[in-house]
Amino acid sequence: MILTVDFGSTFTKLTAVDEKSQKIAGSARAFTTIETDIRDGFNTALSELEAIVGKVEYEEKYAASSAGGGLKMVAVGLVPELTATAARLAANNAGAKVIKTYSYELSDEECDEIHGIVPDIILLCGGTNGGNKDVIIQNAKRIAEIDGDFAVVVAGNKSASSAVMDMLKNRKAILTANVMPSFGKLDIEPAKNAIRELFINQIIEAKGISAAQKMMSYDIIPTPLAAFQAAELLSAELKGLMVVDVGGATTDVYSMADGSPTKPNAMLKGIEEPFAKRSVEGDLGLRYSMPTLIEAATVSKVAKEAGVPPEEVNNWLLRCSKDQGTLANNPKDKNIDDTLAAMAVEIGIMRHCGKVEAVYTPFGETFIQEGKDLSDINYIIGAGGPVIGSLDPAAVLSRAFATAANPFSLMPVKAKLLLDESYIFSAMGLMKKTRSELALNIMMAKLKEVG
Amino acid sequence: MSSKTLILGVIGADVHAVGNKILENAFTLAGFEVVNLGVMVSQEEFVNAAVETDAAAIVVSSLYGHGEIDCRGLREKCDEAGLSGIKLYVGGNIVVGKADFVQVEKTFKAMGYDRVYPPGASVEDAIDNFKEDLGL
Repeated sequence: MILTVDFGSTFTKLTAVDEKSQKIAGSARAFTTIETDIRDGFNTALSELEAIVGKVEYEEKYAASSAGGGLKMVAVGLVPELTATAARLAANNAGAKVIKTYSYELSDEECDEIHGIVPDIILLCGGTNGGNKDVIIQNAKRIAEIDGDFAVVVAGNKSASSAVMDMLKNRKAILTANVMPSFGKLDIEPAKNAIRELFINQIIEAKGISAAQKMMSYDIIPTPLAAFQAAELLSAELKGLMVVDVGGATTDVYSMADGSPTKPNAMLKGIEEPFAKRSVEGDLGLRYSMPTLIEAATVSKVAKEAGVPPEEVNNWLLRCSKDQGTLANNPKDKNIDDTLAAMAVEIGIMRHCGKVEAVYTPFGETFIQEGKDLSDINYIIGAGGPVIGSLDPAAVLSRAFATAANPFSLMPVKAKLLLDESYIFSAMGLMKKTRSELALNIMMAKLKEVG
Repeated sequence: MSSKTLILGVIGADVHAVGNKILENAFTLAGFEVVNLGVMVSQEEFVNAAVETDAAAIVVSSLYGHGEIDCRGLREKCDEAGLSGIKLYVGGNIVVGKADFVQVEKTFKAMGYDRVYPPGASVEDAIDNFKEDLGL
């Protein structure tokens, strides 16, 4: 029997996996107890799990964690569309929550802001190899002056690396390969690995989860990285795949597709985004981020779609803001929540996908594409409570499709809609490196087709 | 000169791709580090690429006659982005019709371009000029 654990911000979730029958044997959860001892919540959930599967000796134990605010990061680059974007993509793919991305030389105000964010890690990038050195060196100097117990991953111009590391000699700093070694080309794996190493070696300790680490057979990884790995695993079977995971605080979108242009006459501009891409929308969520979600969607649109007067949307927002644990347990509230989930899907997917702009040249119409063209993907998987628990998940998920209202977005045109109905996504992703076949088989058996 | 990186591209809504490839080859063979942005390049793309790669010069091509309007303001954008002193070169069929090249050169130099090449200019001459300008 295998045990997977997710130390979430609210709940510690345990899943027992039976490798012989290739099935989930049982699952249980308890409140995360990071303030006292993380093991308390774990043990409570474990005894609950024992009641289902019996007292068993687990051969392998895996864990992910987003307790203590998850992996909070700040990304710093040079040009917003270039190394700053590359830095954000790398941090997102490492499973981090990128609170803010900065470009050019950091100002006093920005340094104060970073201090206020209290990041776990700062990813410092800037310049192609042999390119601009001044800005990354200056930013290293500024970062060295910021008070805080954060680590720095340096992944910029290699010609500046010794000067940068010298500036950061009194900080926890790791030097790794440039996220953009040559113009427009990304190399984000080394930075992703460096972030993972830091998470394992330092962040776990700082967040008070090292006691939990001792009980596990493998390194604890950030929860979003586990979900990322699940999507990577599934993409072997489900070619052309997107995942949208709507939560209380964020909406995470994953795509496993190369995203090259499908339109004739389309020309790709800007950086080439990676095959496996994660984006995180920190303003799209059903509870903590409900105010910003409603702002992005607009009250009038939410009200119109839900078929209620705007005051009802505002009232619901007020109630949920007062108590983040508010549940929609009558049809009226549920209707608004489901509408909001649909909006989060639509906006999250739209921001993840690339866009085209029609340009009229003397030689006819051509298109300039930025980002990934995901119009021809084949599968969209819905995850997270607001999607899975909605009354009509197919309706919520189908908001991922391109509409006439957004003609320039390269959103999916048609795709099979699937649901992570048993909430096993991140648990299965944890086993990617060691038990990939088992994890994939269970996910394939458990995904439910909707619509 | 710390860098000999050239940013190359065809500006505006111009899709003439052949000459662009020839220039990329010629400049690379001449020993320059070439960042080729291809065709339909906006001013912002030229500037962003030059900032990130610490380029020594931006080489702008325009073949479809709209060069004057497309090229206007690039020097100011470079100044704004902290690329003071970067060399700006332009060439191709940069204006419509058979305009007097002396006048055309004057116009583009006033716009902040360091060298202006007429139709049929030789790439070898341009390379010699660049090397001279960049102290190579």
